Amino acid sequence: MSAAYGLAGVLLVVVATVLIGVLGVRISRTTSDFYVASRTVTPLRNASAIGGEYLSAASFLGIAGLILAYGADMLWLPVGWTGGYLVLLVLVSAPLRRSGAYTLPDFAEARLESMAVRRVASVLVVLISWLYLLPQFQSAGLVLRTVTGAPVWTGGVLIAVVVAVNVLGGGMRSVTLVQAFQYWMKLTALAVPLVFLLLAWRGDGAPGLSSDVPPRFGDRTTVSVGVAVTVNVTTPVQVTVDGKVDGRDYPGAAVTLNPGPHRIAQDTSLTFPAGADVPHVSGRPVTTDREWALPLGGREHSLYATYSLILATFLGTMGLPHVLVRFYTNPDGRAARRTTVMVLSLLGAFYLLPALYGVLGRLYTPELLMTGRADAVVLTLPGRLIGGLGGDLLGALVTGGAVAAFLSTSSGITVSVAGVLAQDILRGGVRSFRVATLLALIVPLALAIAARSLAVADVVGLAFAVAASTFCPLLVLGVWWRRLTVPGALAGLCAGGALAGSAVVVTIAAGPPSGLAGALLAQPAAWTVPIAFAVMIIVSLCTQRRVPPGVARMMVRLHTPESLNVDRGTWRPRRV
Amino acid sequence: MTGPRTRTVRRPRYPVTREIDEQTGLGEAYMRSLLRTQLRLAVRLCLVLAVVVLGLPLLFAMVPEVREQEVLGLPLPWVVLGALIYPWFVVCGWWYVRMAERNEDDFADLVERAEDRK
Repeated sequence: MSAAYGLAGVLLVVVATVLIGVLGVRISRTTSDFYVASRTVTPLRNASAIGGEYLSAASFLGIAGLILAYGADMLWLPVGWTGGYLVLLVLVSAPLRRSGAYTLPDFAEARLESMAVRRVASVLVVLISWLYLLPQFQSAGLVLRTVTGAPVWTGGVLIAVVVAVNVLGGGMRSVTLVQAFQYWMKLTALAVPLVFLLLAWRGDGAPGLSSDVPPRFGDRTTVSVGVAVTVNVTTPVQVTVDGKVDGRDYPGAAVTLNPGPHRIAQDTSLTFPAGADVPHVSGRPVTTDREWALPLGGREHSLYATYSLILATFLGTMGLPHVLVRFYTNPDGRAARRTTVMVLSLLGAFYLLPALYGVLGRLYTPELLMTGRADAVVLTLPGRLIGGLGGDLLGALVTGGAVAAFLSTSSGITVSVAGVLAQDILRGGVRSFRVATLLALIVPLALAIAARSLAVADVVGLAFAVAASTFCPLLVLGVWWRRLTVPGALAGLCAGGALAGSAVVVTIAAGPPSGLAGALLAQPAAWTVPIAFAVMIIVSLCTQRRVPPGVARMMVRLHTPESLNVDRGTWRPRRV
Repeated sequence: MTGPRTRTVRRPRYPVTREIDEQTGLGEAYMRSLLRTQLRLAVRLCLVLAVVVLGLPLLFAMVPEVREQEVLGLPLPWVVLGALIYPWFVVCGWWYVRMAERNEDDFADLVERAEDRK
């Protein structure tokens, strides 16, 4: 892809985002504006904003990358990310809106009348948000590197600066408008190139993926390795190397790679002959196209991993801090439900697309399996399959879409984490909100630069697992079960948070160990979610004297339609 | 539970909204019935969702031939998980919204009718 066009795509989205953001500034003056856009947002715009905020780098780039690498099992990822909204709709959407809380800690405080639960919830919100921001910044680095060759950290810094300007400038009102714009931007940026890609694929004779061989290079292919990587060669192959392999320098010499692991240094190019097997990054399973296309085909413990993924995504969605804050911008509980159904349609439409990119990537860009940058498949395909000016322009379009994905998700999360930090850790008010915004961005940015590079959708998956193990039980039991107590909620939050959190730390810091333990740690939701629910219920049952006194009034508030004139209690979120 | 029969016979002394506000036995009974109806609806939908979503991987694991079925030249799992499941989610959501709103309307009618009768 040509750097100039790609860069133009990046700049265009950045400028448009800032401009739209600035337009909203005039209307956002008071604190309430900053936090929830004064609740005057129309349903379609609200649903678009939810979609725009939700579709992160993991959706835009990550799904296609994981499907390219792992195949049919990864189809569950977008299914879960959509289905999560169905669970949210059915179990918590209207009651949450009716609770009148702005944030998850607000809800915890209102329902349980306890500052302790509120503080634990605040800490969890901050941790989940940072876990979610980390891969956004990392893949921003990947995008900028793919497009312009800039160092990896620049992309993250760019995104952080734009988000800071936007959030500090306008707060949530402008962000709502920006987010709504971003959904349609992302849909277009993925759908339009796909049409051309599919046409090119048909023109190529519509090749399928049912052979019994692992991916091979169709033509003589030169692969440039951007970041040092260890690959596994399965059959001996003669390649031309320009750079460093296994610690030895080759200035464009022919080298025979024997079966086994080979270390390829940064900025090395290898030229493979046509028909050579694609070496895979070590640790990635090598599957034939047929195995790849079948669910439960490739990985070890794939049935467990699938179930754990389903639990994490279906139950984790409701516990994401930036998702819930959007529901408070609905005028009432019914509007919250209707908005959610609209969100389901918007997400469903979007998620039809990434899988097709993954399939085309398997056909046309198999070398990404070797560079370990499968996340770049969406960015690489237009240039590869179409080429010329058209390829450059479409490449610029998907790049712009990817930038939109980082910007929208990062803005949304930043607003919610800054709200929580400002209110529960700093003193509250607009000035604290501004300090908190910077804090909310700097920590994950530093982590993103320091941590090893991770598959974006995997890390986001872990954030879902933590959310599913903590806030899901709190919300579901809080909304439907009168006997939930303060010690029960605290114990459940701590147990779920500690277990899922440890799994996350091990997986990110060291990489999961192999075998069953590895599967359990990389996909913790299947055991942490039931444990969190069980702890919350059992401890509550043992401490029935600590049921909050106002629970009956709170149930009236959560469940009665707004048309009825009943006493809903006096609790209000603490805001200026 | 104290005999529900006597409660249906008894005329509310106050508007039902006031019974709810003052958390009398009658008010609580109204609230519990609303919660139970809504929870039953939610559980029903979640069960259907669980059977489909948790059943599919099990089906693929138990009956491997299903994985290799083709629909219009495409493998069945890709057609189901890549496309068909999304409109089904929307239909489920839409149905749930209708039922949940109907439950709320019924509850509002019940409360208001009781008030008219007074």
